[in-house]
Amino acid sequence: MTPRPVAILDRFISIYVPVVITLVLLLFPFYWMAVTSVKPNAELFDVKANPFIVLRPTLEHYRYLFERTLFANWLLNTTVVAALSTAISLVLSVPAGYALARFRFPGGTLLGWGIFVTYLVPQTLLFLPLTQVINWLGLANTIWSLVLTYPTFLVPFGSWLLIGYFRSIPKDLEESALVDGATRLQALVRIALPLALPGILSVGIFSFTLSWNEFIYALVFISDPVNKTVPVGVTSELIRGDVFFWGSLMAGALLGSVPVALIYSFFVEYFVAGLTAGAVKG
Amino acid sequence: MAEKGALAEAPPVAVAKKPARPWDPRLLLEREEVLGYLLMLPALGLLTTFVVYPFLYGIWLSLTDSRIGVPGGFVGLKNFIELTRDSIFQQTFRNTFLYTGVTTVFKLAFGLAVAVLLNNTFPLKRFVRAAVLLPWIVPTVLSALAWLWMFDSTFSVINWMLARFGIKGPVWLGTNPWPMISLMAVNIWRGTPFYAISFLAGMQVINQELYEAAAIDGASRWQMFRHITLPTLRPVIIIVVLLSVILTFSDFQLIYVLTRGGPANSTHLFATLAYQVGLPSGEIGLGAAISLFIFPALCLTVFLTLWYMRRQELD
Repeated sequence: MTPRPVAILDRFISIYVPVVITLVLLLFPFYWMAVTSVKPNAELFDVKANPFIVLRPTLEHYRYLFERTLFANWLLNTTVVAALSTAISLVLSVPAGYALARFRFPGGTLLGWGIFVTYLVPQTLLFLPLTQVINWLGLANTIWSLVLTYPTFLVPFGSWLLIGYFRSIPKDLEESALVDGATRLQALVRIALPLALPGILSVGIFSFTLSWNEFIYALVFISDPVNKTVPVGVTSELIRGDVFFWGSLMAGALLGSVPVALIYSFFVEYFVAGLTAGAVKG
Repeated sequence: MAEKGALAEAPPVAVAKKPARPWDPRLLLEREEVLGYLLMLPALGLLTTFVVYPFLYGIWLSLTDSRIGVPGGFVGLKNFIELTRDSIFQQTFRNTFLYTGVTTVFKLAFGLAVAVLLNNTFPLKRFVRAAVLLPWIVPTVLSALAWLWMFDSTFSVINWMLARFGIKGPVWLGTNPWPMISLMAVNIWRGTPFYAISFLAGMQVINQELYEAAAIDGASRWQMFRHITLPTLRPVIIIVVLLSVILTFSDFQLIYVLTRGGPANSTHLFATLAYQVGLPSGEIGLGAAISLFIFPALCLTVFLTLWYMRRQELD
């Protein structure tokens, strides 16, 4: 009965238009970063010009970023910190998750919930006393302060996700390995670990992104510009008093976002699995 | 191993308990309770050093008049009493609840709407789904810088567009109540994708036959959403909202980049006020006291989450 054109129009209005509007609203700031980063200053600060158009695109802001600021150092610091804290977190959360998923021991359940609670503790609750702890340990102003503290929010998340993951793997394989004379550690390393690889990958990718994005610890533990991470370096060193170098600020913001965006785009599925791990557990 | 035959029948732990030399480290490692604790130990050590200890130390700090580099003395609840009388703190208190409440309602509504929308089939769906999560993936301070530039008092692109329609836009981060509204808008922009993608993942496990059956019975789209989608999604919604509430309540980055709590300390949340008082001003005891106001919200969230999860497990 319904004529086709009406059905198409209906789909157009109820799906395509809202999808486009959603995308524009969510992605506009990134477009804006990109446009600003290639605009010469003369066009940036011309109130009359149409701000959406770049007449003479330039890479001067990027050159400024790498030649006149410590941006390259910050990129390196962020990569090292994110890689090391991810590695530490995996080394700690794989065994913890396995123990909580497989073994029954007194206090085990309680420890499991304890880890879940620390997963919910926000960094902003701890940063002031933690600053003192970092000072006492002599870690202030070094990237080690971050390498050691980032796992505090990565390990709870990772263990929690991996408990669920290990539980989803049938016990039978490990049990028959034990029957065949394998030790429990061998069963963990040779049987459970390879099967849990997708879960471990999820945790790794998610941890790397969380470390890359962390802000408040990096802001308060490190004051030496050379040792800063990208998020802190860009916000604190590129803004001098009331002077905003918008071109290089946006270039820095864009370059600081690209690595996580790339990792994310390669591993969307793992990422969503990690994201919803807490939510779907129930 | 000699006990092979016994292992086949009994659970492994039964065998591990009767070795001739119980102190043999290799045999100890076969006991669940021993190996369990050993595997947990590194994680527990880290969390005790950098979470439990700082938390307890923070409580102590909040009861002292410590300043940076100057160990202070015990002053009891003086910091807290001082705070309740302080007008900036009272404003911060109201801000934190307003910010969390308003943004959560919007993120929930928009998140559901976007999830329902993306649950349709349309061209480039995978690309769109991936792109939607970008605001949540990218470092918050960096995307907040883009917003700072978009809110610029002179070169705001938002005001440029408004001017095309003959509207004179406000100084977004300058004149109340716009700074608070702007902060909430950016928080909603950043948080909605997390809600949407989590809900979408939850929707994908809903049995499509339910919708087909409902359609045959003549249910409207709204009725299907109300009676099929929402009830199935409930566990995901509850967990996502609880996680988001605690993150929003303790938010720092957006405010730090966009307003630094200004103008005239009118847009602080607990975290940014704690930072300003504790570090640049150096009153770390007072700052720690402000931070601790995040704790009751955390407790309530933890309690509700655990309670809900337990109930799910019992069902």
